[in-house]
Amino acid sequence: MSDSASTAPRANPEIEITDDIVKEHGLTTDEYRTVLDILGRAPNLTELGIFSVMWSEHCSYKSSRVWLKTLPTKGPQVIQGPGENAGVIDIGDGEAAVFKIESHNHPSFIEPYQGAATGVGGILRDVFTMGARPIASLNALRFGDPDHPKTRHLVSGVVAGIGGYGNCIGVPTVGGEVNFHKAYNGNILVNAMTVGLAKADKIFYSAAAGVGNPVVYVGSKTGRDGIHGATMASAEFSEDSEEKRPTVQVGDPFTEKLLLEACLELMATDAIVAIQDMGAAGLTSSSVEMADKGGVGIRLDLDRVPMREEAMTPYELMLSESQERMLMVLKPGREDEARAIFEKWELDFAVIGQVTESGALELFWHGEPAAAIPVSPLVDASPMYERPWEPTPPRAPIAPAEVPAPADYGALLLDLVADPDLASRRWIWEQYDHLIRGETRMPPGAADAGIVRLPKEGTAIAERGPAKALAVTTDCTPRYCLADPEAGGRQAVAEAWRNLTATGATPLALTNNMNFGNPERPRIMGQFVGCVRGMGAASSALDFPVVSGNVSLYNETNGEAILPTPVIGGVGLLADADKAVGLALPGAGYRLYLVGETAGWLGQSIYRRLVEGVEDGAPPPVDLTVERRNGDFVRDQIKSGHIAACHDLSDGGLAVALAEMAMAGGVGAAIAVEDAADTLPPHAWLFGEDQARYVLAVAAPNAAAVEQAATGASVPLVAIGETGGDALKLGGLATISVAALGTAHEGWLPTYMSGEG
Amino acid sequence: MKSAVILFPGTNREKDMADAIERASGRRPDIVWHRETALDGYDLIVVPGGFSYGDYLRCGAMAGNSPIMRAVKDAANRGVAVLGVCNGFQILTETGLLPGALLRNAGLKFICKYTHLKAERCAPPFTQRLTPGQVTEVAVAHNEGNYFADDATLDRLEGEGRIVFRYCDAAGRVDATTNLNGSRRNIAGIVDTTGRVLGMMPHPEDATDAGLGKTEGMPLFESVAEALVSA
Repeated sequence: MSDSASTAPRANPEIEITDDIVKEHGLTTDEYRTVLDILGRAPNLTELGIFSVMWSEHCSYKSSRVWLKTLPTKGPQVIQGPGENAGVIDIGDGEAAVFKIESHNHPSFIEPYQGAATGVGGILRDVFTMGARPIASLNALRFGDPDHPKTRHLVSGVVAGIGGYGNCIGVPTVGGEVNFHKAYNGNILVNAMTVGLAKADKIFYSAAAGVGNPVVYVGSKTGRDGIHGATMASAEFSEDSEEKRPTVQVGDPFTEKLLLEACLELMATDAIVAIQDMGAAGLTSSSVEMADKGGVGIRLDLDRVPMREEAMTPYELMLSESQERMLMVLKPGREDEARAIFEKWELDFAVIGQVTESGALELFWHGEPAAAIPVSPLVDASPMYERPWEPTPPRAPIAPAEVPAPADYGALLLDLVADPDLASRRWIWEQYDHLIRGETRMPPGAADAGIVRLPKEGTAIAERGPAKALAVTTDCTPRYCLADPEAGGRQAVAEAWRNLTATGATPLALTNNMNFGNPERPRIMGQFVGCVRGMGAASSALDFPVVSGNVSLYNETNGEAILPTPVIGGVGLLADADKAVGLALPGAGYRLYLVGETAGWLGQSIYRRLVEGVEDGAPPPVDLTVERRNGDFVRDQIKSGHIAACHDLSDGGLAVALAEMAMAGGVGAAIAVEDAADTLPPHAWLFGEDQARYVLAVAAPNAAAVEQAATGASVPLVAIGETGGDALKLGGLATISVAALGTAHEGWLPTYMSGEG
Repeated sequence: MKSAVILFPGTNREKDMADAIERASGRRPDIVWHRETALDGYDLIVVPGGFSYGDYLRCGAMAGNSPIMRAVKDAANRGVAVLGVCNGFQILTETGLLPGALLRNAGLKFICKYTHLKAERCAPPFTQRLTPGQVTEVAVAHNEGNYFADDATLDRLEGEGRIVFRYCDAAGRVDATTNLNGSRRNIAGIVDTTGRVLGMMPHPEDATDAGLGKTEGMPLFESVAEALVSA
């Protein structure tokens, strides 16, 4: 392959680029041919490494880009859509919310503590790189079957890693979701989301500018950790994947806390032209992205990079994924001011290069050329594939009457609330500091979304008046996505929108984390396409645009793919934090209403999985017009102050929602159960997973207003019962004490994790 | 009341603390960087929570030996009230201002939750607004909150009335089942021999806000504001 006319820059070990080396770098023959065309010669090893990581699936989105482009990304609230470190939305009063979700799946399977910890560190960096102070984190986790021998170890390590990083840096973890399913036995999912607060006119971007401006490296020193992490994240696992452990990075949340404070301190000046964190593919992707976005070249003198280890080579420096590092372009003459801030925070600061007009990434090593690659071909010629795909065959809906009723409704509900997918997550979130910053209005478990207040800093507390708040959630129902990717994609967006709505928040925008198997298999690519289409439709119909996201493909082990898991991270705004509602029943004597139409949809329900051991049939359809109508009604009623508690209906249907409300409030309830044996038998009414539904608790004096408003908005509203007592009474079918529900619900995860489950 | 909140690299609960002090006293504290060497003119000095120096050596050990802590010690010797919460408590034990040490939680996990505290010593400047036996609900958020001291020290603390808070349940029961982190004798907070240096693991500052529905940490800050108002 080395048929070059000219010669590559020196300052590299004299390694001939053979077919094997190209293959080890994950480049196809066609891709390598493009490399030769771009350079007009054979690359040296450093250059090959740069092409390899930039064109990895992880960095180039080569399989997904063509589809992601179809998603709605605009709206009056959008300041910055996908393409930057994070999305930015306008939340009024000159403030902006900056947020993104990102996966760290492969590293977390190999080394759960560090994999999860550095996932949190990476997403925090993405957010504060843009000038925002992180104010809330969330996560979405998928583990294998609880009975799989590795699951307990992975849960324990991932949760400790998320806590270890987030707790130390001091950002509250206020929400998340967890599923267990055998499809994740060989590939767990660790998706971390962070939301930050910035001034709308002080957002920092990554486009380098100003020929001659200094390029500055700050943060931790560079070591050999994580070399080829991006390439690892772009390949399937096999049984020997644990041998990849050395490519997992090690996180240092203390250094990141210093980096956060130092960056925000420097950002308060006007010294920064551009800034980019070093995440996957480290110095390579940060310098290339900055140069590409600015349409300029960048020269780096790699020998000036602060190094942690001896005898590092340009190749290693460019590919290292050492954590807690940033690359910045400063205005000329501002280096000393910036250096003083970073030295105050005891961080490395080094001018390692400058912006050039060459349009190339030029690397030097002790004055000698080490690599030279024209930037725009490197970025623009990155492969983009329209991979062949097969639509997922539709599954037949399941009529309610086809599914047997339980022998004992009470026993069944106790089993449901203790199901691994529905059991309390307290064991997890008590390991996360969810209170730090003192602004957590709704901690985990209190409401359908986590809520953090946005205080008017700089104003005396006594004079602040009502505070705005952000509601945040992560959602996806992977079994729906497997059965019908398009319906599942819609449902994920709708559920996030619904969870925000159920607290009284107005949903503003979302970030997505697309976790799928190997896109080179048409069946998997078909799942991806279906989910994107469903997400796009829902996002558009609900005015809930996509402003950032991340794709994680090749989540397969020995050919077994995960369930398609397009996680949605939603952000909404409350004008007055005091008006947020939670899901806990507030006391006795409140009326209970069911909002929305109930058809008793049992296909893909948790009920059916528990009773019959099957996940089959079509998932519940999502009618976006109805979704919007019902949600807008609920939000209006919350804003009017008519609603004392609200909970959306999802896994497990009405009975589980009521049980959760009762347990959270420590108050019982009695409801009438509908019974139409042929069309809507009681078990379908209680456990069906029809969408666009909520339960409302309403104080008696507000009941008439709520009923009238529902009629006016043509929203189906059924009075189902009243709160009170210490048990949940499901008509004449069962009476289950709230205490017994609580014991079952709270018991499963701690018992399981103790190894006694 | 003029107060200072010390900021080490890795401190992260300074905002919560400053908010609580402002709520109780109407005046926001100064945030004082750890490289300062003098702490003159303050009525209250707070060492807040966090992960000073990453907790990489032993929690509080690095901060305990920093120059600012010499100034804190000097101030304490002059009778200035000193409050150390969470990592601040760990730092105060490292400096020797308070006896004992904070070990890793018995359950080996970080714990963040609201828990109950039983007030024992109720005296100025920190707790005169509480009554002995009163149960309040405040949050903990720590990985190393397991208070340890030898029996002689514990006996002396008890004998001198220097136990301020113990972990309990809503009914005020203090026993092994209400001891969330393995602390000896359920100890959550103690004072020095003068009663003017308080160290505690729980975070009363995160329970001072009616807007968040948690206000039971307020009596502690109101006590301080009341005791130090004329100073």
